[in-house]
Amino acid sequence: MKVTVKYFGLVAEAKGTNEEVLNLTAPTTAHELKLKCLNPLGIMDQESIQVAVNQNLDENIILKDGDEVALLPPFAGG
Amino acid sequence: MWKEELKPSSMETKKVKKVFVEGAIPPEKIAQSVTNHQSKTNIGAHSIFLGQIRADKIDGKTVAAIEYTAYEEMAEKVFHEIREAAFAKFDITCAHIYHSLGTVKTGELCLFVFTSSAHRKIAIEATNYFVEEIKAKVPIFGKEIFEDETHQWKVNK
Repeated sequence: MKVTVKYFGLVAEAKGTNEEVLNLTAPTTAHELKLKCLNPLGIMDQESIQVAVNQNLDENIILKDGDEVALLPPFAGG
Repeated sequence: MWKEELKPSSMETKKVKKVFVEGAIPPEKIAQSVTNHQSKTNIGAHSIFLGQIRADKIDGKTVAAIEYTAYEEMAEKVFHEIREAAFAKFDITCAHIYHSLGTVKTGELCLFVFTSSAHRKIAIEATNYFVEEIKAKVPIFGKEIFEDETHQWKVNK
């Protein structure tokens, strides 16, 4: 099962890329995917990173094939 | 071009308006927007909010610019939802939002919110609602670039 993960702001900077496709072999929630992506990056405040699945904020959803997951650091618009 | 938009009809509400502009918002756009509304004589009040890049000093370094990026598809969707909610909540005639992407230097404008109504209180409240909602809900990210070209990531308070 493939999902596209998009990175923004400080997460994209730490990751060194804006997007990648991950192959998931077991049922995974958006929250679990977030931890899997963030843990190697040394981002201390993981609570501040929100997760959108197909452009809706939801960490508890179980991911489906083809989902677009976005890891969103704190917003800074305006 | 800054086109006039009337309160959306049921069909027009489906249309998602483009909010993002590349770089700073030129001050001339504000004058042009006011001009575009002068033929709408049911309007008695405009309320305008302009966000300007501040030269914050942090640990002895001065901010020179903010580089904005966004999750654009989601941001446009959230802008649209905020707009729909504002029209449901306030008796406004029209509303326009523009936000910068890319680099905006200190002293330049990065956000332009413009609401119009028959009376001032509604327009002022609606503009405030837009600004607070945009800051809280729209996935926009800001890299504060210092004069020495180092940077840090901005967080809305």
